[in-house]
Amino acid sequence: MEFALSTEQEMMVETARRIGEQFGLDYWRDHDERKAFPREMWQAICDAGLCGVALAEEHGGSGLGMIELALAVEELCAGGAGATLAQIFMLNPIFGGVAISKFGTEAMKRDLLPGLVSGKINFCMALTEPDSGSNALEVRSFARADGNGWRLNGRKIWITGVPDAQKMLVIARTKKVEEVERKTQGMTLFMVDVGREGLTHQAIAKLGTNTLSSSNVFFDDVRVEPDEVVGTVDGGWPQLLEVLNTERIMTVAGCVGAARLASRLAVEYTSERKVFRGAPVGSYQGLQFPLAQCHAETQSARLMNLKAAWLHDQGLPYGSEANTAKLIAAQALSKTTERAMQSMGGMGYAKEMHVERLWRDARLFRFAPISEEMILNFIAQHDLGMPRSY
Amino acid sequence: MKILVPVKRVVDYNVKIRVKADGTGVETQNVKMSMNPFDEIAVEQAIRLKEAGLAEEIIAVSLGVTQSQETIRTALAMGADRGILVETDEALEPLGVAKCLQKIAEKEGPGLILMGKQAIDDDANQTPQMLSALLGWAQATYVSKLEIADGKAKVKREIDGGLENLEIALPAVLSVDLRLNEPRYASLPNIMKAKKKPIDTMSPADLGVDVSPRLVTLKVTEPPKRAGGVKVESVAELVDKLRNEAKVI
Repeated sequence: MEFALSTEQEMMVETARRIGEQFGLDYWRDHDERKAFPREMWQAICDAGLCGVALAEEHGGSGLGMIELALAVEELCAGGAGATLAQIFMLNPIFGGVAISKFGTEAMKRDLLPGLVSGKINFCMALTEPDSGSNALEVRSFARADGNGWRLNGRKIWITGVPDAQKMLVIARTKKVEEVERKTQGMTLFMVDVGREGLTHQAIAKLGTNTLSSSNVFFDDVRVEPDEVVGTVDGGWPQLLEVLNTERIMTVAGCVGAARLASRLAVEYTSERKVFRGAPVGSYQGLQFPLAQCHAETQSARLMNLKAAWLHDQGLPYGSEANTAKLIAAQALSKTTERAMQSMGGMGYAKEMHVERLWRDARLFRFAPISEEMILNFIAQHDLGMPRSY
Repeated sequence: MKILVPVKRVVDYNVKIRVKADGTGVETQNVKMSMNPFDEIAVEQAIRLKEAGLAEEIIAVSLGVTQSQETIRTALAMGADRGILVETDEALEPLGVAKCLQKIAEKEGPGLILMGKQAIDDDANQTPQMLSALLGWAQATYVSKLEIADGKAKVKREIDGGLENLEIALPAVLSVDLRLNEPRYASLPNIMKAKKKPIDTMSPADLGVDVSPRLVTLKVTEPPKRAGGVKVESVAELVDKLRNEAKVI
């Protein structure tokens, strides 16, 4: 086993650290308040080649793996952004990049990947529906054959980043549930324009992760061209799963970076803050032990995530590792932001201390992109061999 | 024109320095090491000159332990073309470094040597001046603005109380100050390209230079802790304290 980073990996992490620092806490507080997409930072990330870490060199990427992408995302998030920045990596290099480079046509790769890597094109992904959340097989959006293409009708919910995206990966049924033997059949992935006629969206008011909007999306007879299919018509389900699994690794990298950030803010504040007898409150075990516990959990999740990334890069199954890391990382982040706020007392509640933003954002990752309960179901069933409970 | 840029491996500026328990130096084991920030500014300036068509090749040189290679790689990833490592485990002093750089400059024939005004570890601020004397070249220190034209360098120097404008003939040694530019970070494609750029390795003996220390370090200690201040009641008391306690007037 080899845990040391290569010189190139270390240099890449250093570049990520500097970008994270340049677009730091105040930048994110401001963008969170204005509910504005972190455009300038995303452009800097793309300019430094960090969006294309894991994409092929022929399309402008660097041809590295998930390990490098995870390391870069963690460091970028630790600078001041917190975990929500990792979501933009899910939207672009994962939903756009992995889907197109694994299953897209040559024309799609040529037309879309260079723009993705350079930051000119943003993506979003429309899977979840009002009656199809954790049970994604219940998707009802339907693409009806129309000439050589399709007409798409249906409704999606909780779709991230729609107003700032040009392209949307849509998961829809191309065969009705009644027409197929198994529910996993009859699904197709499409890459459509967000601005297309008949596609409308409306933002959902929410608790945090304010720089990325979450939307209701409506398809009203949206025309889909034949060259907009990603992968196999009626055979999109296993392809979708491949895209979604890499998303877990991004989530954990973001959670670990955010937990490091919250922990650092708490340590800095409590090392200075004196209340009784001239000793900093950070010298109390009552404050130290919970933060130390959070740190231990964060580091464990980090290690498990890098194992998942390594397995992915070797072409080996990594679902158990990615899910395990996601469970622990999201919990550790929630706990760390909670303890950081408690350690700061009233000041932790103030916007100027930044922890309240990280605390709000952290809540999302305990049920997105997959809930704790569904991960526990997965572990019980697949890793422990217990009967399916749901 | 070639540009030579010496780059030093130092303890990262974010690291809180700790004195070794035995008082022989500062702790560098398991401590993050980086390129001296002033040297980064020198590398950046060299790249900008090359981008402006005023230089053809940038050579990054480092002296020290094997790991100084990583510092050279960073310079190559920023945009330098090739590297030279003068490898030694000796504790290097400014004069030894300047002598090695002199030999390399005589061999490579650069039109310009751009270097940080000082390194943030020992803060000696001596190597550029010594190097210019050894080479018999013009020098300008603390450069905060630079223009190259017609075989000359027009520089603005940061000096006590203001800025000094100089025009010096090339080849020259310039030591750069903080406000000259803001160094770029290495983009990932350039990091990958740097892997393939060559680094020559040699020893001080290969250059015919004896770098053995001329100085003996007796002891390294932490600076004394700052005592808390006091408030005085009146100007008279202040003057009295300055005269009799602090003994500064």
